[in-house]
Amino acid sequence: MCLAIPGKVLKIEGQVAAVDFGGARREVKLDLLRNVHEGDYVLVHAGYAIQVLDEAMAKEILSSWEEVTRGEGGA
Amino acid sequence: MVSALLEKYRDKKLATKIVSAIQELIPNRHVKFVHVCGSHEQTITRFGLRSLLPDNLEVFSGPGCPVCCTPAAEIDEAIELARQGILITTFGDMFRVPSTKNTLAGTKTDGADVRIVYSVADAVEIACRNPKQEVVHVAIGFETTAPSIAAEVLRGPPENFSLLICHRLIPPAMEFLLASGETNIDGFICPGHVSTVIGSKPYEPLSEDYKVPQVIAGFEPVDVLLGIWILLKQLRDGRHEVEIEYTRSVRPEGNVVAQEKMREVFEVVDKRWRGFPVVPKSAFELRQEFENYDARKKFGVQVKDSVEFAKGCRCGEVLRGVIYPSECPLFGKACTQEHPIGPCAVTSEGACNVAMRHGKF
Repeated sequence: MCLAIPGKVLKIEGQVAAVDFGGARREVKLDLLRNVHEGDYVLVHAGYAIQVLDEAMAKEILSSWEEVTRGEGGA
Repeated sequence: MVSALLEKYRDKKLATKIVSAIQELIPNRHVKFVHVCGSHEQTITRFGLRSLLPDNLEVFSGPGCPVCCTPAAEIDEAIELARQGILITTFGDMFRVPSTKNTLAGTKTDGADVRIVYSVADAVEIACRNPKQEVVHVAIGFETTAPSIAAEVLRGPPENFSLLICHRLIPPAMEFLLASGETNIDGFICPGHVSTVIGSKPYEPLSEDYKVPQVIAGFEPVDVLLGIWILLKQLRDGRHEVEIEYTRSVRPEGNVVAQEKMREVFEVVDKRWRGFPVVPKSAFELRQEFENYDARKKFGVQVKDSVEFAKGCRCGEVLRGVIYPSECPLFGKACTQEHPIGPCAVTSEGACNVAMRHGKF
């Protein structure tokens, strides 16, 4: 029910964006976000974008967890 | 780009490493973690994560499926409105959930106009296209879904549109589980998309008051395993904090715009949940200034003698994280995906349904 799908913002017109979900395109409302730009990846739930995804942060956290778990048994 | 990133979160080698780290951290006693999200249950069961965990570490599903937690009385209200000739829209998950005597699907079969929508915006569009027809949207869902309803109310839908608000709030239900003492929780895996909206702060009082470790985790197998590892590390260190594993989506402050819209449109009230008594401050109602959109006030709908569970059904205990679905005597026998008796067997995020589809019981 709380499923949310990431997609790429192709075009913004007012409060509505065209978002690409791996080839499928849908209109998504942007009422719940400020500062969304074309090219951003957004997380979409029930027709509304609820967050701009932070890819850099995601990569950083993964590599840091990899480091830590490789370390002293998770110390 | 997103899919390449997600591949990493399904990486078997990384998952194996985290499982080893979990083995090293597991204390010499029984440990019970509870998650409160149907999508987490799907990941855990579909990828067989429980089978990778130490025997003395259990992960239970809590009240993470909003349609399962919606009291029968509220579904009965929707059914009654449909029988009165009102066009009902709802999310697909709610369509087949059994209520006292019927489901919305069954009511449609009986001739009522019940339609499944993907978004509340689709429901408003139906109302715009049918100006002489009253349309009521059954607004279910946690804090992930409520902002879209608030946004649509603020957009000013037409007069023939109203809402049967059934929204529930997650942190108060988690507090209920901790306070009741029935569930014995060593750590919470907090829901990723609810937390995308509300942030990490609303969980902090739970860690302070009940000394319980918490982690907000994403929905890939590596996310969930990392979440479990983070909780074990807190247990080992004697810490009880709210940590964020799902950093690609969750910020500590959450989605401030969504929170503002929810505050503007809804007030927080005490309400019952299916399988729970009244949970303080755990639900939304429309504020007085938006009461024109409140279907309960508009139509004065009243139902009585609602029945939450059929005889023998243990969905209440499943929803409170007390038993696994397979411990219910009806599971997979009288109650199946095809002929569900309890709410948790119906939707793709109900714990019993997930167990029947993917589990090994």
